[in-house]
Amino acid sequence: MTSGGISALSDHKRRRIDELISRTSETGGVSLLRDAGRRLVRNPTAVVGAVIILLFLVIAIFAPLVAPHDPVQRFPELTQNLTVDSIPGATAGHPLGSDPLGRDFASRMIFGARQTLFVGVLATLIGLLIGVLLGAIAGAVGGWLDVLIMRLTDVMLALPSLLLAITLVALASRSTQWTVIIAVAVVNVPIFARLLRGSMLAQRESDHVLAARALGVKRHTIVLRHMLPNSLTAVIVQATLTFAVAILDAAALSFLGLGDPDINRAEWGLMLGVDGVRYFEVRPELAYFPALAIILVALGFTLLGESIREALDPKNRR
Amino acid sequence: MPLLDVRDLSVVFNRRGTKPVTAVDGVSFTVEPGQTVGLVGESGCGKSVTSLAIMGLLPRRGNKVTGEVRFDDTDLLKLRPQDLRDWRGRDIGMIFQDPLSSLNPVLPLGIQVAEVLERHQGRTRQAALREARGLLDAVGIPDPQRRLKDYPHQLSGGMRQRALIAIALACKPRLLIADEPTTALDVTIQAQILTLLKELVDDSGTALVMITHDLGVVAGLCDTVNVLYAGKVVERAYRHHLFAEPRHPYTDGLLQSVPRLDVDRGRRLHQIRGSVSDNIPWPEGCAFAPRCDRVIDDCIGSVVPLEPTFRGGALRCANPVPLEVPA
Repeated sequence: MTSGGISALSDHKRRRIDELISRTSETGGVSLLRDAGRRLVRNPTAVVGAVIILLFLVIAIFAPLVAPHDPVQRFPELTQNLTVDSIPGATAGHPLGSDPLGRDFASRMIFGARQTLFVGVLATLIGLLIGVLLGAIAGAVGGWLDVLIMRLTDVMLALPSLLLAITLVALASRSTQWTVIIAVAVVNVPIFARLLRGSMLAQRESDHVLAARALGVKRHTIVLRHMLPNSLTAVIVQATLTFAVAILDAAALSFLGLGDPDINRAEWGLMLGVDGVRYFEVRPELAYFPALAIILVALGFTLLGESIREALDPKNRR
Repeated sequence: MPLLDVRDLSVVFNRRGTKPVTAVDGVSFTVEPGQTVGLVGESGCGKSVTSLAIMGLLPRRGNKVTGEVRFDDTDLLKLRPQDLRDWRGRDIGMIFQDPLSSLNPVLPLGIQVAEVLERHQGRTRQAALREARGLLDAVGIPDPQRRLKDYPHQLSGGMRQRALIAIALACKPRLLIADEPTTALDVTIQAQILTLLKELVDDSGTALVMITHDLGVVAGLCDTVNVLYAGKVVERAYRHHLFAEPRHPYTDGLLQSVPRLDVDRGRRLHQIRGSVSDNIPWPEGCAFAPRCDRVIDDCIGSVVPLEPTFRGGALRCANPVPLEVPA
């Protein structure tokens, strides 16, 4: 073969390689998140969890449209001949009957979704925010501040979380839904703080942080741009799992009568704790439905959270 | 005047509950502007610690760094940490061993190249990104515009090391410290990266400190070579002198341990007895003495000084390999 032939061949090869390169770049690089997202969609567990959450989310958002009645409106005709033994069951227009005060039970369940998700999500987010802040400070600054924050979280983690939440609610002079939210949030702060601090410490020793320091990158940039984003994975996973715990904790507080004392507020924990317990022998549905709803939502968040943890685990990457 | 003048640099690891370990013991060497200097030695001889100490990157807790690191007549060891930060990346660049972990996995490549330009040259993000494209192009990364948006895990090892070289040279530093830049790469890629490094350094007149255990790298790249053993410089020589006529038995042993195609076919490859870790920390005398074939009484008990040789190098040996006298 002549040398001309060889160079023509290599020309052809080069063009072919360029073509392949451009094609692979067009299908796009796969970032960690996109890759995780793709694996999530393929996982049936994740889909079930997501569907449950989505269902409750839709019900919560469109509660006024979905519910047949106003959750606080009383229907005197239902409670005319009310005795302890005759709480009205399902009738026309009231698919689940009413509670002892003559309010439509189905509507109260639907509005309860709103309340539950609101409290759960807000408590988790507030806990996440404070926890991340404390954990980042402890991990990035180190020294006595680290020791102080970590001993504080040790103290909080030593107490059973519900007990701690009850104590916090009891400290407030007048309980509202915000006391519940704050209490549940505070209970979750040490978990987030500790998790983030751990991964921040690992990041501090990592090669790419050393490389960034060798480039003279300023300290706050290293913390915010190089350490924090790489440390967040564990915390994000924990947050999705915490939704379930937060909802359960908030319901437990209401069940124990430590939530908002407003009897008009439709809240599953409260419904379960007051009417559900009191009339369990007569109308167990008053307990069954709120309990089932709480379990389902918590299950949904747990399934999704667990799948997200799996999807983000680098060991499962393909 | 040399660009970098390291004088009597010592690093002592002093962690609570353990005996202090002298990792680097009175190392001195100079780097002239545009020169390429090699630091050679086996694992644990203090190569990397030396480079980290020069850059001020050793954790302050538990490490005692003494001596002087004069860069352009400023003692870097005396600078406050926040002032030294301005020098790093701008005047001294550094490349690390493992290109896989030296890039931030969650940031697109472009941002990471742009970062150093924004930091030291006050560029806006946009201008820095435009410049980053040119830098990636200069280190031979194909289709740099697209690569700017790629994440590190989408690049091959060789490409990542190219990118790291681009980052290290972005601000046109006067000195580049390369800490085993090719160790984690395939042999074919190693050659490419070394050629690239040599070209870039020659073109820009950047001085290079090459830290390696690979004598082949030294042979191809360095003007002067410092051979380190147990934290001390044992021999310093111009490249050609070192390879043609090694004086220190350790250097000699290293060179004989390299397999060669042209001689000694069928014979067993030379090896140096023992390993370096057996002898650290070394109390006095020559640290190489227990492994040395040429050991004499002077090697043990008294400190062997580093003495200049007539060829412009230096040697720390009481009984050096004799020069071959032409017949």
